[in-house]
Amino acid sequence: MNTNINMTNQEYSDYVDKKAKNSPIIKNVALAFLVGGIICMIGQLITDIFKNFGFSKDDTAIITSISLIFLGAFLTSINLYSKIGKFAGAGSIIPITGFSNSVVAPAIEFKTEGYILGLGANMFKIAGPVLVYGISSSVAVGFIYWLIKLFM
Amino acid sequence: MKIGKQTIKLENTPKILQTSSMVGPKEKQGPLSIYFDLDTKDIFLGEKSFEKAESKMLELCILNLLKKSSTKAEDVDYIFAGDLLNQCISSGYCMRNLGIPFFGLYGACSTFCESLTLASLFVNANYAQKVVAATSSHFCSAERQFRMPLEHGNQKSPTAQCTVTAAGSAIVVPKDFSISGPYITYVTPGKVVDYNITDMTNMGSAMVPAVYNTLATHLQDTGRTPDYYDAIVTGDLGVLGSEIIVDLFKKDGINLQGIHADCGALIYNHDMQDTHCGGSGCGCMASVFSGYFFEQLKTKKMNKILIIATGALMSTLSSQQGESIPGIAHAVAIENEA
Amino acid sequence: MDIFIEYLKVFVVGGLICVIGQILIDKTKITPARILVLFLTMGVILTAIGIYKPIVDFGGAGATVPISGFGYSLATGVMKEVDNVGFLGIFTGGIKATAAGISAAIVFGFLASLFAKPTIK
Repeated sequence: MNTNINMTNQEYSDYVDKKAKNSPIIKNVALAFLVGGIICMIGQLITDIFKNFGFSKDDTAIITSISLIFLGAFLTSINLYSKIGKFAGAGSIIPITGFSNSVVAPAIEFKTEGYILGLGANMFKIAGPVLVYGISSSVAVGFIYWLIKLFM
Repeated sequence: MKIGKQTIKLENTPKILQTSSMVGPKEKQGPLSIYFDLDTKDIFLGEKSFEKAESKMLELCILNLLKKSSTKAEDVDYIFAGDLLNQCISSGYCMRNLGIPFFGLYGACSTFCESLTLASLFVNANYAQKVVAATSSHFCSAERQFRMPLEHGNQKSPTAQCTVTAAGSAIVVPKDFSISGPYITYVTPGKVVDYNITDMTNMGSAMVPAVYNTLATHLQDTGRTPDYYDAIVTGDLGVLGSEIIVDLFKKDGINLQGIHADCGALIYNHDMQDTHCGGSGCGCMASVFSGYFFEQLKTKKMNKILIIATGALMSTLSSQQGESIPGIAHAVAIENEA
Repeated sequence: MDIFIEYLKVFVVGGLICVIGQILIDKTKITPARILVLFLTMGVILTAIGIYKPIVDFGGAGATVPISGFGYSLATGVMKEVDNVGFLGIFTGGIKATAAGISAAIVFGFLASLFAKPTIK
């Protein structure tokens, strides 16, 4: 008697995919849309308020991102952001509050390994790649832009 | 004595004298709630880190085992224990307080059967009179080692399983020990089987081929059929994996329906507890066997069971390097009559 | 009424960007960490080739609050700095434009970790 399952790797993988329950995509997409949209509206609200106080366009942009990052960090620290995330998926990952969450969550968790090698070293465990590729691509864009300006 | 391809018949039939289990808050809310000996509401167990908490949970579980079986720590000859953490720190640090000669094991979620197998072999060979097998896992320590920080807001795939916060232990003694208990009759250590599943959120499916291999080999080696057993208990294929294993055996003309049960699927109430495909982790089978199935054997509601603990032998490194998930499964036959 | 339409635009643009991310997560099993990198880099590239600016003009915070908006700041910042100071602007422009966000994340992360403890969801 053969003691292995009677399938090739590919057949088994296809079979598992067929059996596996799919993510409830309609519900997920609707919630992502709703929560993502609301977070952006909060951003717009903060921008409009500070614009009314007479801050410049650049300053309001800075204040808005600091405020949202504070909001993300605060909700993370009171154990609420992970609950929102479970419900909203990409709707709370993609806004800047999600970036904040991805910095704060490891900071809280790795504190047990000390402030330097725990908190300090792991803070950018998730968000680190974002900075690496974001800054690298901005340098690449800057360089190409500089070259174009040089020859045009 | 080795029989067939890879099964060992324990001719001296050692027996399981006593078991002990301890679970976390979420497991305590599950359907098996009343069967667990100890539970904790505090996931830190008063400790500073989750790793320390897991270690303490294992220690409390083993101390309870000693109490239940009226055994002193110095009377235990050896202990086989393991967990999911790097370098098996939960078990290692727990043993430093117990002073029992210790073998640390790693078999991912298959560790409980691995330790029970080795414990029973030691007793069967008459090298020892009292040997403990114990394993633990903790949701939070596993989550931070294998997945994302707890406070990170992400969604789990519907095929994902949730590492249980639980510990379980069993003490194995020779057949002629004065107090009765179910006997360990056969063990079938498994091979590593890999069908190239790479999805870390679908480990149940990755381990099914290993279970298939071990179970089919066990049946072939012993000449038994699945209905010989009152229950064939896997841990932890989860809901999806259970469905697949029953389906695959059905395709080959063997009926497991009604006989097969899975610890990962039993421990939670999936719809209410939002645990997707169920539980996993070394502590899952350890606590469900020690709590629920041992009770069934004791009260003779079940007389013959085969437990198959299954492990996914990957790490975060191997997964990042694009490796697939190899599975392993060890089977132990436990019967009321030797 | 104008303000209502303005906020509706913000809501729809921001929501749609998140919907793209959700579909990628559910359909392709791309992990959230990769989604963040992908969206940020797309933000930088789309800004550089002039596609993202019109989206920001239309959607306001709906386009700047998602992580792709962070990419928008990086790219506009670097180009502005190249205009102002030339070659060295390549290296200073991106971070300069996003310095507040990065510093805020670090400081708030540090402060939060002083008093917060992780729990089970």
